[in-house]
Amino acid sequence: MANTQGTTGFLGWIDERFPLTKMMREHLTEYYAPKNFNFWYFFGSLALLVLVNQILTGIWLTMSYKPSAADAFASVEYIMRDVDWGWLIRYMHSTGASAFFLMVYLHMYRALIYGSYKKPRELIWIFGVLIFLCLMAEAFMGYLLPWGQMSFWGAQVIINLFSAIPVIGPDLSVWIRGDYVISDATLNRFFSLHVIALPLVLLGLVVAHIMALHEVGSNNPDGVEIKKVKGEDGKPLDGIPFHPYYTVKDLVGVMVFLLFFSVVIFFMPEMGGYFLEHPNFDPADPLKTPSHIAPVWYFTPFYAILRAVPSFAGTQVWGVLAMGASIVLLFFLPWLDRSPVKSIRYRGLSFKLALAAFIVSFLILGYLGALPTTPARTTLAQICSVVYFAFFFVLPILPWFEKTKPVPERVTWK
Amino acid sequence: MKKIIVAIALLALPALSLAAGGEGYPLERAPIDLHNKASLQKGAKLYVNYCMGCHSLEHQRYNRLARDIGLTDEQVKQNLIFTGAKVGELMKNAMPKTDAKQWFGVVPPDLTLIARSRGTDYLFTYLQTFYLDPTRPFGVNNAVFPNAGMPHVLWELQGWQKPVYEVHKAKEKGAPETKALTGFELVQPGSMSPPEFREAMADLVNFLSYVGEPAQLDRQRIGIWVVLFLALASFIFYLLKKEYWKDIH
Repeated sequence: MANTQGTTGFLGWIDERFPLTKMMREHLTEYYAPKNFNFWYFFGSLALLVLVNQILTGIWLTMSYKPSAADAFASVEYIMRDVDWGWLIRYMHSTGASAFFLMVYLHMYRALIYGSYKKPRELIWIFGVLIFLCLMAEAFMGYLLPWGQMSFWGAQVIINLFSAIPVIGPDLSVWIRGDYVISDATLNRFFSLHVIALPLVLLGLVVAHIMALHEVGSNNPDGVEIKKVKGEDGKPLDGIPFHPYYTVKDLVGVMVFLLFFSVVIFFMPEMGGYFLEHPNFDPADPLKTPSHIAPVWYFTPFYAILRAVPSFAGTQVWGVLAMGASIVLLFFLPWLDRSPVKSIRYRGLSFKLALAAFIVSFLILGYLGALPTTPARTTLAQICSVVYFAFFFVLPILPWFEKTKPVPERVTWK
Repeated sequence: MKKIIVAIALLALPALSLAAGGEGYPLERAPIDLHNKASLQKGAKLYVNYCMGCHSLEHQRYNRLARDIGLTDEQVKQNLIFTGAKVGELMKNAMPKTDAKQWFGVVPPDLTLIARSRGTDYLFTYLQTFYLDPTRPFGVNNAVFPNAGMPHVLWELQGWQKPVYEVHKAKEKGAPETKALTGFELVQPGSMSPPEFREAMADLVNFLSYVGEPAQLDRQRIGIWVVLFLALASFIFYLLKKEYWKDIH
């Protein structure tokens, strides 16, 4: 009996019962990707690699970690000292957290410059922002687990934000903590969410992200749709099969990434206090507030926005709202950006300037969010916050005066 | 002209380093060398003799210490274990926390990870900058950790030193004079000369740096091979990619 894929033997037997060859073809050997991907297209597959790294190292860390206020700190040191290769597994996980955000930020930047969020890829982008949100929750809860001073006080600061919400705030923060302060109960539930609930959601979202991508096909640095120009065989003329072409190309990216990743793991796992904060080597002490509480680097831009907004009408909820809005606005990007041109290569100077201002303000906010506040820094953070939000409001009106260049029919190549 | 610029730059250097350090007493760079086993052994000896009565190393095992700093279990039992602990046990001490709180106002912290939370330069400077201050309960204060609760337990070795201040005249009328701690004067020598004491503190900090992360030596040794392997792998995969892509036009 022949099957629709034309396979025989053992594979044929499988294919009659499970779409193995069909899926391989749809997603790898006959998934046509534009041939002009550049450097910026490495970071999606690298983010996936780091996700796998986090899950595998996480499973092994969970084998020796103890999620209780009394034992957590010591169990991390037990992993670092007594578990065979425990130090390596732990550093792969802690460095992986930072690497994950770095890859995701670069991946999102790629979407911004080449307009990958635009029609018909709005859902890919929305799934992507959901992944980003889920990742933030995952990282925040994971950071409590070592039960160091920054774990404790960082969580204290962030959960207290919820109590700024009018009416339900105080009860809500108690509900999240499971206690009136960060405690054993909080640690235990964060552990549960960190090792099972959020990873499940994350994996589901990643699958949805890739399925949506493979449904519409990848964008490219020229922002042209390769499906518009097909050959006689019905395959896009500017497309090449993902496997083997992009699998071998991404493998180069994987090796170079692992090279840099290993340099950090083996020679600078603390990354000067940015990947592993120095105060987190002191065990959590509810009676001793650190002089300066700073989130890990990947949260600092949003933390800076939070701090930049002054309290008003007797409540500090505005900062919390601004921080929330700074992420929620990303969901609307596909509809806020009304230009028909996708890629920055063919967009006008006004878009380039707006994007540059947005990126620079984001970086400055990230820098400021790691430092203690001074009046001058707060003013700078306020200016950058305004620029950050202005980007979203300038986008819809840009087409009125933006001079775009003609977009070619086919991708440009060498 | 160039020489003048260089001279000005050099003159500005100390000011820059002070500016970089922010407020407080400038930290001295600790000469860390984890390959120096003799230094680690001397540091361990100082630690168990002078520090461990109050400060445990509760994440460090004696036999791991033995293996890493080049001692046998037997040598560790003979020379470093004063508590009757077994050689496979963690380096805890016998001081009850409630008593400690009464004696010192705070429970002396465990120091296993102190080199990672404070940094070795901080420890190196801290250990050398206890000075006489009759206003404090134990008669001493510290330059990098003002009003530290700890007595100067190493006075036998270092002796006693008194602070030297630099007085700054008030810039505005009526404002009080400010004085900055600039150094120390030895008023009663200890059993070690100042250079000997400095070296002993370097050994002690070196030891604490090791204890903070015993895997340090492993990871640097292994890391070189991992990075070399990945560099080679990157090159080979690049060639593979080129081979596959040569027919894409």
